Amino acid sequence: MPKDSGIGAATRRREDARFLLGSGLYSDDISFLNQTYAVFVRSEVANGIIKTVDTSKAEKMPGVVTVFTGEDFVDVGGNPAGWLINSRNGEPMKEPKRPVLAHGKVRHVGDAYAAVIAETEQQARDAAEKINADIEELPAVIDMASALCGSNFVHNEIGTNQCYDWGWIEDNREATDNAIKNAHHVTTLELVNNRLVPNAMEPRCSIADYHSANDGYTLYTTSQNPHLTRLLISAFVLGIPENKLTVVSPDVGGGFGSKIYHYGEEALVLAAAKRIKRPVRWTATRSESFMTDAHGRDHVTKIELALDKDNNFLAFRTETMANVGAYLSNFSTVTPTILHGTLMAGNYAVPNVYVNVKTVFTNTAPVDAYRGAGRPEATYSLERVIDKAATELGLDPTNLRRQNFIKSDQFPYVTAAGLNYDVGDYDAVMDRLEHNADLKGFAKRRKKSEAKGKLRGLGINSYIEACGIAPSNLIGTLGARVGLYDAATIRVNATGNISVMVGAHSHGQGHETAFPQIVADLLGVDPRNVEIVHGDTSKIPFGMGTYGSRSLAVCGSAIVKGVEKIISKGKKIAAHMMETTHDKVDFDEGVFSVRGTNKTVSFGDVALKAYIPHDFPIEDIEPGLEETAFYDPQNFTYPAGAYACEVEVDPDTGQVTIESFTAADDFGNIINPMIVEGQVHGGLAQGIGQALLEGCVYDGDGQLISASYMDYTMPRAADLPSFIVDHTVRTPSTDNPLGVKGCGEAGAIGSPPTVVNAVVDALRSADHDITHIDMPLTPERVWAAMNN
Amino acid sequence: MYNFEFKQPKTISDAVNALVSDEAQALGGGQTLIPTMKQRLANPSTLVSLTAISEMKGICKNDDGSISIGGGTTHADVASHSDTFFGLKTLAEKIGDAAVRNRGTIGGSLANNDPAACYPAAALSLGATIVTNSREISADVFFQGMFDTALEEGEIIVSVKFPVPSSSSYQKFVQPASRFAMVGVFLSNFGNETRVAVTGASEGGVFRWSEAEAALNKTFSDNSIKDLSIDHKDMIKDIHASKEYRAHLVKVMTKRAVVSAS
Ligand SMILES: Cc1cc2nc3c(=O)[nH]c(=O)nc-3n(C[C@H](O)[C@H](O)[C@H](O)COP(=O)(O)OP(=O)(O)OC[C@H]3O[C@@H](n4cnc5c(N)ncnc54)[C@H](O)[C@@H]3O)c2cc1C
Repeated sequence: MPKDSGIGAATRRREDARFLLGSGLYSDDISFLNQTYAVFVRSEVANGIIKTVDTSKAEKMPGVVTVFTGEDFVDVGGNPAGWLINSRNGEPMKEPKRPVLAHGKVRHVGDAYAAVIAETEQQARDAAEKINADIEELPAVIDMASALCGSNFVHNEIGTNQCYDWGWIEDNREATDNAIKNAHHVTTLELVNNRLVPNAMEPRCSIADYHSANDGYTLYTTSQNPHLTRLLISAFVLGIPENKLTVVSPDVGGGFGSKIYHYGEEALVLAAAKRIKRPVRWTATRSESFMTDAHGRDHVTKIELALDKDNNFLAFRTETMANVGAYLSNFSTVTPTILHGTLMAGNYAVPNVYVNVKTVFTNTAPVDAYRGAGRPEATYSLERVIDKAATELGLDPTNLRRQNFIKSDQFPYVTAAGLNYDVGDYDAVMDRLEHNADLKGFAKRRKKSEAKGKLRGLGINSYIEACGIAPSNLIGTLGARVGLYDAATIRVNATGNISVMVGAHSHGQGHETAFPQIVADLLGVDPRNVEIVHGDTSKIPFGMGTYGSRSLAVCGSAIVKGVEKIISKGKKIAAHMMETTHDKVDFDEGVFSVRGTNKTVSFGDVALKAYIPHDFPIEDIEPGLEETAFYDPQNFTYPAGAYACEVEVDPDTGQVTIESFTAADDFGNIINPMIVEGQVHGGLAQGIGQALLEGCVYDGDGQLISASYMDYTMPRAADLPSFIVDHTVRTPSTDNPLGVKGCGEAGAIGSPPTVVNAVVDALRSADHDITHIDMPLTPERVWAAMNN
Repeated sequence: MYNFEFKQPKTISDAVNALVSDEAQALGGGQTLIPTMKQRLANPSTLVSLTAISEMKGICKNDDGSISIGGGTTHADVASHSDTFFGLKTLAEKIGDAAVRNRGTIGGSLANNDPAACYPAAALSLGATIVTNSREISADVFFQGMFDTALEEGEIIVSVKFPVPSSSSYQKFVQPASRFAMVGVFLSNFGNETRVAVTGASEGGVFRWSEAEAALNKTFSDNSIKDLSIDHKDMIKDIHASKEYRAHLVKVMTKRAVVSAS
């Protein structure tokens, strides 16, 4: 296949046509005759005892069909945590129940304790206002440090606000302590990784349709992984048999992690649809998204870096408090631990790493994985403390990093944090960065800025992440309660075109374009003849969905395996057609041929034959040409890169502007460079948003202050420069057949420390003795740092 | 939103009559009122839209050299009209986004008197006259604190009369999320008199910085205010800025306004 459409081609995203023309089909676009509307009644206090919930007035309101309270769900299961983390002392984590609707206690602003189902949304809202709840407000648990030592508990039944106290790797603790004690120099930094609201453009939406005829259900919902959602609802929450529940996630307008998880609203509409035997729908308001979508980040960390007299890294040691919010969301226990602690060696040949994480319940919305999930937190701590060490020791920050990089001839490299990095070339990536960002010309540019009365700073970083979130065998030993393989079914239709049913879910990633490029390339067909089917449990194999930059590395590999099975079966059919044996048949560029002869049959002829098997030796060859493959890798993939950012700071106001941002990433092989570039741009925007703009703020009473766009700052196009990106360094992953690594989160992981390093550099250029400012670097924070 | 009646009178007097009922409320561009109603925080039983009243729209030059802007004139129209002047034009240009500017009106902005809104600074600095269906109110007495004005129930801002200064400048430091003014300074230089009005900063809403005015009346130069500072005691404190930072910004923005209007 010519490379203008197969692997490596920058073809335009085919899904964009429908998105740009407004003809996508999102959950909220789906509508049923006779449908009803659910509206939730949510707590206005952060912590309170529910004494009574009087629904009698609401039930008599016009249009009301039925009302639910927490009482209705006491006998069903809770929404579980997908990952068991043990404390350092071996005790399992604390797992308080997360009910469909709050019962007994409300635990954060927005915690739903009742729901009204009515003929119209307006009627449901009117009735919801008539629900009379007597909730006794209690003092809120907000600050993590106080939560850990106080006696006011988010969940009284567990008698603590600590979910676990995790050590990684516990056996390395003593060696790390000793390395720090005996080091020539130790740099210490305390920092906050700011809490973020995910802000997917499409709010969550769930619609349940109950089928009385077979006691079955269909749930249309905004999910990144419909099979996982179905499994959670079936096996843990409502007990609906999996074969009676279809979960459909059609077009989904962004997730960034927040739509991985199962939420109570999904269970509520299902239960309601069965009770009233009518479809029940709910779409979040933007306010509900702010209050109830699982938030991201929210770590408070102390990190130490020990160096010897030659500036070699000896050890990293961290102590982190991670906020988990009021309940355990599905991946909330793994995000601050496995996805964070294992990356704490960064790109560096450091012999000692020890990570301690205490995860804390507070009266705030649940916190879970958000674009990057744990890895941005690790990268931020590492890359900030390295910059601080360079400042303290008077070293060039780029050289200090280079000196300590794992070198390209050291791979595979097992780090002190326990991961086995398969390949990489961090120096080569840094070379690209230094060139593209013209680091040599910085001094000149700084002079120019100073002439305008602005301070200019340069920030550098290097990052590594673990992607292709999978290896079931590995994660199983680390506490995962699910497998993280993926799956694809390749159906070659009789007329030779191809439907590919995948376990991954596309909500912005461009799977409908990139996946066909793989299939087309391997089969020698036109990618336009390949269609991707995703997001419907009744159509797709049991895959695990999309997050952790896993779609291509894991599901893409399943597609490769599936296509290999198709080719191997195709060879059997071709052998039969050409009266030879399958071991003598070759396949290349869409043509089957008999080795050493000029006999050929085309892929299309073989496909047709598969479905018109009039003369098949049926005992040797089954009819049809359809194969399913499950793929489970042996290792994560390890994308890595180096970023540079130049900022200007207005010394009068503290306003920071990003003057340039350069990214060099090693993503291994690339299927569609245009999509990769788009993913990097989006990630950078999100990371710069975290660094400069976004901050989710609760006050001491647990009220969400940044509860709308009036107070929560989203990055806008005008806040961002034109990015310079580079993907020419490609060390293919040795672990999957495509040699790909994943690119969805890199930008969000690598950019926050780059920006902060640049701002600190700018301020230091004006002799401000500043080594750190916590994100977001709002004008006021930068001004206050300059004027302490 | 709750249910409401909708009326769209064509004349000011019909609008005034429609507003007689207690629960009726005027609707300008709806850029403040509609979001409030959507969140069920406002509950008017009747909305009286002012958008069909042609006598409340447009901008014209008066014989005394001042300009009058109809109360129903949108921010976009003010930004693009040739009879407006630099300070006012740049102020209107920087309000919200294009959609807000195409709907939002000067009458609505002044009547609402949001402490972070831009127009109150222009009106107070320029010494505007707010013309209603029943009287003329000087800007000096119109603004009575956050979200509070001299308007009576049902009174409509029909137009606003602005004296034209010899130079003017609006310097807005945006609150990063909402992009309203975290501190906005409108400076008007009438040759013999300089007036400096500050929005976004104070708990008491828009105000004039009299010390700066006095200093600038002596010598119109940014140097004149370099030793001044403004008390932060009455400044607004929120998650975006402390009182001290706002007080500091008042001075920085005032300096920039002086430089820009010089
Ligand atoms: C996203 C966004 C960004 C914004 N950014 C800014 C900004 O940067 N700077 C800024 O200054 N403003 C900003 N605004 C507010 C905007 O300028 C509004 O247009 C303005 O505050 C209200 O004007 P309106 O015509 O929309 O009034 P409405 O919302 O219709 O009404 C507001 C109030 O005024 C009353 N009212 C309306 N017209 C009259 C009248 N003629 N006479 C008497 N009472 C009347 C109404 O009854 C109501 O109480 C922003 C708004 C949005 C939504």
